[in-house]
Amino acid sequence: MNPANYLYLSAILFTLGALGVLIRRNAIVVFMCIELMLNAANLAFVTFARMRGALDGQIIAFFTMVVAAAEVVVGLAIIIMVFRTRRSASVDDANLLKY
Amino acid sequence: MPSSYAPLAATGTFALIAWVIAIPLAGAAILLLGGRRTNRFGHLLGCAASVGSFVLGAVLFFALLGKPGDQRSYDQHVYTWVPVPGFSADAGFHLDQLSIIFVLLITGVGSLIHIYSVGYMAHDEQRRKFFAYLNLFLAAMLVLVLADNYLLLYAGWEGVGLASYLLIGFWQHKPSAAVAAKKAFIVNRVGDVGLSLAVMLMYTTFGSFAFGPVFNGVSGAKTGTLTAIGLLLLLGACGKSAQFPLQSWLGDAMEGPTPVSALIHAATMVTAGVYLIVRSNAIFDAAPNARLVVTIVGAVTLMLGAIIGCAKDDIKKALAGSTMSQIGYMVLAAGLGPIGYVFAIMHLVTHGFFKAGLFLGAGSVMHGMNDDVNMRHYGALRKFMPWTYVTFGLGYLAIIGCPPFSGYWSKDKIIEAAFSQGGTSGWILGCTTLLGALITAFYMTRVMLMTFFGQKRWVADEQGHEPHPHESPWVMVVPMAVLAVGSVAAGALFSYHSAFVNWLEPVTGHSDGRLPFSDALLQVITLAVVALGVAYAWSLYGRQEVPAQAPAGAFATRAARRDLYGDAFNELVFMRTGQYLTRVLVYFDLKGVDGAVNGIAAGLGGSSGRLRRLQTGFVRSYALSMFGGATLLIAALLLVRG
Repeated sequence: MNPANYLYLSAILFTLGALGVLIRRNAIVVFMCIELMLNAANLAFVTFARMRGALDGQIIAFFTMVVAAAEVVVGLAIIIMVFRTRRSASVDDANLLKY
Repeated sequence: MPSSYAPLAATGTFALIAWVIAIPLAGAAILLLGGRRTNRFGHLLGCAASVGSFVLGAVLFFALLGKPGDQRSYDQHVYTWVPVPGFSADAGFHLDQLSIIFVLLITGVGSLIHIYSVGYMAHDEQRRKFFAYLNLFLAAMLVLVLADNYLLLYAGWEGVGLASYLLIGFWQHKPSAAVAAKKAFIVNRVGDVGLSLAVMLMYTTFGSFAFGPVFNGVSGAKTGTLTAIGLLLLLGACGKSAQFPLQSWLGDAMEGPTPVSALIHAATMVTAGVYLIVRSNAIFDAAPNARLVVTIVGAVTLMLGAIIGCAKDDIKKALAGSTMSQIGYMVLAAGLGPIGYVFAIMHLVTHGFFKAGLFLGAGSVMHGMNDDVNMRHYGALRKFMPWTYVTFGLGYLAIIGCPPFSGYWSKDKIIEAAFSQGGTSGWILGCTTLLGALITAFYMTRVMLMTFFGQKRWVADEQGHEPHPHESPWVMVVPMAVLAVGSVAAGALFSYHSAFVNWLEPVTGHSDGRLPFSDALLQVITLAVVALGVAYAWSLYGRQEVPAQAPAGAFATRAARRDLYGDAFNELVFMRTGQYLTRVLVYFDLKGVDGAVNGIAAGLGGSSGRLRRLQTGFVRSYALSMFGGATLLIAALLLVRG
């Protein structure tokens, strides 16, 4: 199979993720879209590693996964705290930190 | 030429010089620091300090008299004032024939006026403070005339300025007095700047402030420098002596109590300028151009003061105009050089007697007339105040130059010296002095007639008290009588065998001028001119009744009433210009400097206020800008690499 197709898939996933971050209001959905973008990047790394026959890309994909896991822990905790105090998971409602 | 300046060390009797100053200084210190506790005896202590100083002065005078003419100059070093390496300023005193005359005049007339003030200020709650200031004045004036260097002289010069300020504004609850004091101080400051510059220039030229190095170093200095020093000294003299163009303060200074006007603004302080010029004769002798300016200033002030004196209805301001004019005579004489120095001082002393007497007489009249100063409200007072009438009359005869009273001897000599100057300038100055004598006779006769003759024109004061003129108490009459004796006899005494000329010659030098015509002719002309002035004044104020309301008057009268627009000129040229200048500066400061600073701050504040709006708090808009930014960055990278 042509490895370029994986790259196309990665680009599509990244675009979907980015659009989701920009368009959706629900914090959980925004969070999942961020994960989608991270994994799109991971797919691109792995594909390039395969295409070049080098391991660098795969190692970086592991790093990304570790960082993503840590991020999920912190991010979900924040979202839950916000939801508890404001009774809403909308990112537009949490706009106190402004001018 | 005066013999070169080489004073002897002050030992024996002459060690008393410092005590002449210390006594009134101690008096002032006790009265000022002792406060209210000294109220009870303050006036007595003040008088005692003054008389004590006079007695010491007399002792010193007789000690000098006992020495031969070339051993009458003594220096007393008191202490090193400013002990700095490469710079020497000593506090030391110099006693010679010139300074002893001033010591006697200051302490003598000063003592009489102290005694007179006991009566004049009897009802004033602040009498103790008044005597403290008078003593302070005496001490400062004695420092001025006894200093052996220009720096200490300057200290005394400022001291008398301070005392003058305090005493003009003594009744500071009157706004007019407070303003007059301020005016005198500020106008004097202009002159003081001149004197301080002169002192600095002397130090750079001669390397010393002391009289000795300065006078002995004159021959080695450039004429231009000497002229500059002379002109700066003249500026100082103009301020202190109310000479043109710094004459405007003297008329207003009459707001002070009358004894102050008599002592400070007639007999002593205002003559300090003449002392300065005569003391610096070595400098002026070597700078003929500076001397020419001195004579011009003297001549202008002589006419200016006389004209102002003619139009004033306020008795003290009329006398102030006269003081200005008489000091003009002295300055003119001092400007004539060795022909005139001696006569400048002689006129200064006789003027000290008769003008102090006239002022004390005016004070006595005011005392009897509810402190009214308007001569149009006087009239016929000779029957009610006989002693004042007689003493004032003798002073009057002295000032107009009626022989054999003292003014005749001194003024006549100045007129003679002016004509002896020779050439066109001699004629101009001589005719000016003659014209001055004419106007002097006119305005003094006017004062005399309006005050003591004619019909009663008395008016009640604001509280409705009718005046009840009465003779003043003896404590006021006696000083007036003593001064009247001085006004009668001093001139003849000084002129007896040229005693005064011989006395002063070692200090100032003296040369007899040559009149372009006979001496007798000048005497006749002078007397005729005086008689003419008296007659004209009599025809206006003696034969006709004086109106109680001042008539509108011709242009010249109105101008003279307003001091020949001296104040208007100062206001227009200096005050208004100064105001415009400050206004421009304030505008520049507010709009330019402050505008730039505030503008930058406002611009930054405004733009940051607008930029702040970008922080909306919406996470998604931040995400969009990050996304856009990342896109742009990548596009740029691709473009650059592409």
